[in-house]
Formats: sequence, C-alpha cells, structure tokens
Amino acid sequence: MTTTTTTSSGIRRAAGPAPARLPGAWTLGLHRGALELRQFFRQREQVVFTFAFPVVFLALFASIFRDDVRGAGVTASQLYAAAMIASGVMSTSFQSLGVSIALERDEKVLRRLGGTPMPPAAYFLGKLWLVLVSGIAETVLLLAVGTACFDLELPTGAATWFTFTWVFALGLTGCALLGIAISSVPRSGKSATSVVVLPFLVLQFISGVFISIDTLPDWMLNVGALFPLKWMCQGFRGVFLPESAAVLEQAGSWEYGRIALVLGAWCVGGLVLCLLTFRWKSHRDG
Amino acid sequence: MGMADEAVRVRGLCKRYGAVTALDGVDLGIRRGEVFGILGPNGAGKSTTVEILQGHRSRDAGEVTVLGRDPASGGRRWRSRIGIVWQDESAPAELTVRETVRHFARYYPRSRDPEEVVGLVGLEDKAGSRIKALSGGQRRRLDVALGVIGDPELLLLDEPTTGFDPAARRQFWELIRRLADEGTTIVLTTHYLDEAEALSDRLAVIATGKVVAEGAPAELRERHGGRATVHWRETGGGARHQETETPTRTVAELMRRFDGEIPGLRISRPTLEDVYLRLTGQLDEQPGEAAR
Repeated sequence: MTTTTTTSSGIRRAAGPAPARLPGAWTLGLHRGALELRQFFRQREQVVFTFAFPVVFLALFASIFRDDVRGAGVTASQLYAAAMIASGVMSTSFQSLGVSIALERDEKVLRRLGGTPMPPAAYFLGKLWLVLVSGIAETVLLLAVGTACFDLELPTGAATWFTFTWVFALGLTGCALLGIAISSVPRSGKSATSVVVLPFLVLQFISGVFISIDTLPDWMLNVGALFPLKWMCQGFRGVFLPESAAVLEQAGSWEYGRIALVLGAWCVGGLVLCLLTFRWKSHRDG
Repeated sequence: MGMADEAVRVRGLCKRYGAVTALDGVDLGIRRGEVFGILGPNGAGKSTTVEILQGHRSRDAGEVTVLGRDPASGGRRWRSRIGIVWQDESAPAELTVRETVRHFARYYPRSRDPEEVVGLVGLEDKAGSRIKALSGGQRRRLDVALGVIGDPELLLLDEPTTGFDPAARRQFWELIRRLADEGTTIVLTTHYLDEAEALSDRLAVIATGKVVAEGAPAELRERHGGRATVHWRETGGGARHQETETPTRTVAELMRRFDGEIPGLRISRPTLEDVYLRLTGQLDEQPGEAAR
C-alpha cells in the first residue's frame, strides 16, 4: 500500500510531499479544551445552571440549619459549606459531562469526530480541561460564599492546602470519568438529565451533603461510601473544619488514607469503565 | 482496470439487521478521480453501503478495500485521507463557522487553508456567524467544508442535497464538480435522478440490497432503456403511439400516410428516470408510457 497517490488530474496531490506527521493527542487535547470552554461559556443557561445549583443549595441549607453541632465545635452551616464544595466539584464534572456527552452523542457530534483522524484521547483530554477550569471556578465561588456568609475558614497551613489539592484532583478526575461512563446509559439526549441527575441527587442525600453525616443511618452511609462523593465531603470537612469536628465522622477521624484509596480506585475503575463502555454512536445508530 | 487505480473495491458485501437483509452481495469498483453515484430508493441499502465504506458500520460478509485498506481497521492515517459528509449532520451550535473549520483543520496532517475552504463552499459572508444561526442549506455547506478540510483523496457524501432548494442544489453541484476537477474521488448517494446524471461519471443502481445496474448514465439508458416511442395524432384527433426498435422506419411509414406534416409528431427515448424506476422494480409498465 502506498499513501502518496496520483489521480487523473491530481497535480496538486501528486506534487505533495511525503505524508506529514499526524498531530499529537496532547496538543489536540489542549485545542479541544479551549474549544470546549468557549462552547461552555457561550451557553449562558448551562453556565448559570451548573454554577448556581450548588450555591443555591448551600445558601438554603446553611441558612436553615445554623446551630452549633453539639460537642463538635462547629456550626451546621460550616458542615454544609465544606460538603457543598464536594457537591460542586461533582456537579461540574459528573453531572455536566454526563449530560453534555449524552447530548453530543445524540446530536451526532461524536459520530462526526469519530469520522476524523482525531485521536479519542484528545476528546477526553479536552473534557478534562473543561472540567478542571469549571471545577476550580465553582470551588472558588463556593469558598467565597462559604467564607463570606457561613463562617467557613480557609486553612492556613501548606500541608492542609496540599490535602485540599489532592482531594480536589482525585475527586474531580474520578467524577469526570464516572460522568463520561454514565453518558452512555441514556438512550436519548432528552432523557440524559434525568438519568444523570437522579443518582447524583440520591448520592448527595446519602453522602452527607444535604443531611449531616451523624444523623444518617449506617446502612445508607455504607452505600454512599461505595461512591466518591462521600469521601470528597469527608476530605473537605477535614480541610476546612477544626480537628474537633472529626468526632462526627463514622470512623471518628478524617481517614485521609482511605479517602485517597477510594478516590484513586474510582479514577482507575472509572477509566476502565469508560474504555469498556464509551460509544461514538447513539443506540439508534447501532 | 488494475486494483491500483481503484479507490474503492467491494466484492460480495452482505449486511443484515436482525431478520432484514440490507445488502445482499454488493460489488462495486470505483476508480480514482471519478465521481461515482449510488442511486436507489429509500431503504435500498445506499447509506449502509456508504457507512461500511466509512468504517462506521460492520459487515457480515464480503471484501471491502477503501484507499488500499479495509475500513474496519482503517486507523488514523487512513481516516486523514477520507472526507465524510453524513446524511444527518450536526456541528457544535455555539461555535462560529470559522472557528469550527479552523479547529477541524488541526485534526489533519496536511489540511487545506480554512479560509479558502470557507470560500469554496460559499460561506465567506457567514464565517463569523454562530452555527446555530445558519439556515439548513448553509449548515449543509459547512458539513461539506468539514468533509474537505483535510484535503481528502476520497470524499463520501450521503444524500448531500436532501432538503435543498433548487438554487442551492445547483451551487452544490458546482462545488462537487470543482472538487472533482481538483482530483478528489467522490462517492455520493442520492435519490435524485437529475443529480446522479449531472454529477456522476458512473453510477450504480441499488435495489433491495443488490446492484441492479452499473455504468455511465448514458450507457445505462442505452442498455436498460429499451425501445423508443413514436407519438402522433390521427386526422380525427386521436393520440396514438407506437413502441419500436426502428423509429426512423415508423416515421417514414407515417410520412407516406400523412400528406406533409405529421400532426403532433414526437419521438421519445426512455429517460434515466424510466430506466431507474424499471430497474428498481417500481415500475411494471413499458418505459415510454411512464413519463407521459
């Protein structure tokens, strides 16, 4: 087989040089990331919906429950503010990707990409850039609201910020991969929102976001513990709350080692799940 | 014709969807540099054929070679040599025409100049517009722009002009001819007869999963068209016609019967449409009759 070709009238092509190198996945991933961000921020409704949701819930819950939590040295508002950051990270990664990729598949944007020589890795890298930027923006927003209105205190030590960074990075990656995986479940773009939002909503109840962790029944917590959200909440509480609040946790401590283990496992498992289940075409296209 | 001159070679291609047989032993040979039309009624297997050539659908049996490779295991390098224009398209609505074309250019090792391609499809005036603001015809032209941005050796178009108004179709034909002049091999499916005739160097008629005829449009008419029909009016006013292999002889006979002009004299040859309808089993009567 030869890649240089001559055609009956193809002077242009016949004169062409030897086959040029295919563009790399990393570079294309950066370009795709820029493109994803541009698209995302041009859809004003989606931007408002994505960013406002966790802020609205934080404002509601942290205003309704303000009292001191007995024996923990924190207020209920502070608990909510910390956990809601985890929820915000999951909303910008899991929910946002789950819905948007399902829509892109339904609208055949994915099929078109599959018809180009774009390496699939570039597509996923682009999504990760989108999720990283929007996840950081969401977190900054929640931190601002939390510190301004709900007595959230920013940590001062570098070690604590380091903990924050790895919980954020592992949680975001794991949730993004889960979002990519769940995008293959809805049979059409229309049903995507319900398919993605319902499990996320349930997780927020059983992972200690909406309902304080010490009031949830153990079996619910154990189910929640199978998924990343519970561990992200726990990690962020560890970062933003005083040591005394650890008594509220199921184990009575922040369990950083276990957090890293579970979130890391979700990153690996999520990647495998994506590679096994990702489809460029919708169910209808076969 | 040697295999090296063939851009596409298909032998004994079969595809089933459950109990439905979509393709039942299709053979095709498409030469480099030609415009090849695949013609057939809805559901005949045109799109399935093109999707298999694109590498986007699996096959159950048969040999398929596109630009020297099996599409099922084409790879990135192979993809970069092929342009695809899908039947139902979608491009990211929030981006502008220019942004989209420029971005897609990055995917290819040696792309065409994005500005030039936007001009080629006649979207210069819309280059800064968001895609969601384009009309259907303009979107279709963007689809073509994205199909040719990688400077493909082979362009596969699936019913590219469905939904176009007549003027837009003519513009589109001009575009296809220009690409063909540049040496691009073009394969297009259509159910418009005039389109197939106007654009194709050769065409294949597919019906119920089989190629029922293949050749240049004029050849097909000759080979499958059958006889000519001579029409005239009797002195009393009654319209008459006669099918014949030898229309000149029939006219000579009429000249003897009529003194001077033969009233309403007309000789018709079967159109490509007649041939097509008969080949695809959508017409049982004699070819000359159908057009009337």
